[in-house]
Amino acid sequence: MSIDIETAARVAKLARIKVEQDQLPELAHAFNDILGFIEQLNEVDVDGVEPMVSVTPMRLKRREDAVTDGGMQDRILSNAPDAREGFFAVPKVVE
Amino acid sequence: MLDLTFETPKPKVIAGAKHDWELVIGMEVHAQVASRSKLFSGASTKFGAEPNSNVAFVDAAMPGMLPVINEYCIEQAVRTGLGLKAAINLTSAFDRKNYFYPDLPQGYQISQLYHPLVGEGEIIVDMEPGIARLVRVERIHVEQDAGKSIHDMDPHMSFVDLNRTGVALMEIVSRPDIRGPEEAAAYIAKLRQILRYLGTCDGNMQNGSMRADVNVSICLPGAYERYQETQDFSHLGTRCEIKNMNSMRFIQAAIEVEARRQIAIVEAGGKVDQETRLYDPDKNETRSMRSKEEAHDYRYFPCPDLLPLEIEQAWVDDIKASLPELPDEKKARFVTDFGLSDYDAGVLTAEVVNADFFEKVAAGAGDGKLAANWVINELFGRLKKEDHSIEDSPVSPEQLAGIIRLIKSDAISGKIAKDLFEIVYTEGGDPEKIVEERGMKQVTDTGAIETAVDEIIAANPAQVEKAQQNPKLAGWFVGQVMKATGGKANPKAVNEIVMSKLGL
Repeated sequence: MSIDIETAARVAKLARIKVEQDQLPELAHAFNDILGFIEQLNEVDVDGVEPMVSVTPMRLKRREDAVTDGGMQDRILSNAPDAREGFFAVPKVVE
Repeated sequence: MLDLTFETPKPKVIAGAKHDWELVIGMEVHAQVASRSKLFSGASTKFGAEPNSNVAFVDAAMPGMLPVINEYCIEQAVRTGLGLKAAINLTSAFDRKNYFYPDLPQGYQISQLYHPLVGEGEIIVDMEPGIARLVRVERIHVEQDAGKSIHDMDPHMSFVDLNRTGVALMEIVSRPDIRGPEEAAAYIAKLRQILRYLGTCDGNMQNGSMRADVNVSICLPGAYERYQETQDFSHLGTRCEIKNMNSMRFIQAAIEVEARRQIAIVEAGGKVDQETRLYDPDKNETRSMRSKEEAHDYRYFPCPDLLPLEIEQAWVDDIKASLPELPDEKKARFVTDFGLSDYDAGVLTAEVVNADFFEKVAAGAGDGKLAANWVINELFGRLKKEDHSIEDSPVSPEQLAGIIRLIKSDAISGKIAKDLFEIVYTEGGDPEKIVEERGMKQVTDTGAIETAVDEIIAANPAQVEKAQQNPKLAGWFVGQVMKATGGKANPKAVNEIVMSKLGL
């Protein structure tokens, strides 16, 4: 699998990262390097090997169903560029 | 074993200009998990709070905040799975579904694409007595809800409230086994009923606790059967997904109008594009929702913040042991144990609170059928008139059972019982005492009835003559006697005495 310039542009757009047109070839190249490395890993035969999902044998930590947080509207909104009547105010988004 | 056999309904057929067409429908229902706090944070899930007040830093995706799973939400999803007779996966895992929207501060939704918590189950969707559709559930996965955007408060801005952000949802995905708009509505209704019995979702569609995405495609008669035989989707038409509906009426309308749209395209020689559409109830049409096709590229990957979710079989078994009796079983038991009709049993088991109320009345009255009649016709009727739910019923099960016992022991007539019910409903009190104190007891003393009959016969010689020629007119005397005794005479006794006194 190889990433062309068009795909690189698409990935950048999906990630909402602005990439100038003249930088796209380099980005595509970097992607291909990464994928090349993955290809190399794919050569290892892992048939019948359980995927390792964590390097430490830990159990997923659980929480009790209790309300222990929230009630801080002012702090939640404190970094918002614009907030009105307790809401975040953002440029109009309509489907 | 209870009898849960049923016949399969016929699929809905829509006549196009050239052919008859059938519908194939699959549903993805998002049900909000009934829990106090969110799936990955300790913020409250309470509906209707001040905007952005039920938000933890995790929900607002502040840098460095990590999700910690709410074990009760998992328990609720497992309970739901067991209630749908589904397989529970002891190992499941969370993935990130990546997209950008102002009400999704993380830039991704934590969901379960590759390893859902719950596997295949089923729902019996009742259509008519003895007729039901078995709809297979493909999976249930647990995920975060998004926040809420409000677009109509300002002409230039959208307002975002993150209170709902991070609330636990169960996405219940059906197989394409639903064959018409009515079945789709019935499917939602049945699922809602089961969730409410289980207590895992409040089922409040108006508040958005249950929302459905509906996949609709059309096919020629016979094609669906070939799909069922082979499970090969190529026998079916291209589907469109109608997003985010929370009204059963709109779901039905949307399916119908979407099917007709697809039929028109195909019959004109065109092709249906697989896409996401929105239903507009004002115009009664669906329209394409996302011009940006690439928005569908969610680039799922395992969430690095969360280890796989491992649960123990013993825990699942404990949850299973605590499951309540579910609607199908309860309804079948009401039919068998109390001799109720399928319809009455269905009405009484629609909500578990109604069923519990009825069972108390039936036990207290010692008569299931009479109890069912009184609960459905008198109590529900009266409650509905005042827009009350059973929880606010001024008549307790004990009081209603008391009224029914008085009918059964012939202490009061059916007509008086209705008056008595009204008194108990509006004033309260012990039915037996009320009957005693207000002299409502039925007169079964034949001597007293005879006297009353004699008086009326003596006062109406012309009527006597007529009745003797036409026995049907004897009813007039019965009515007069009932009137004279204030409705307290036993109608059967009156009838017999009138007939014998008139020599009929």
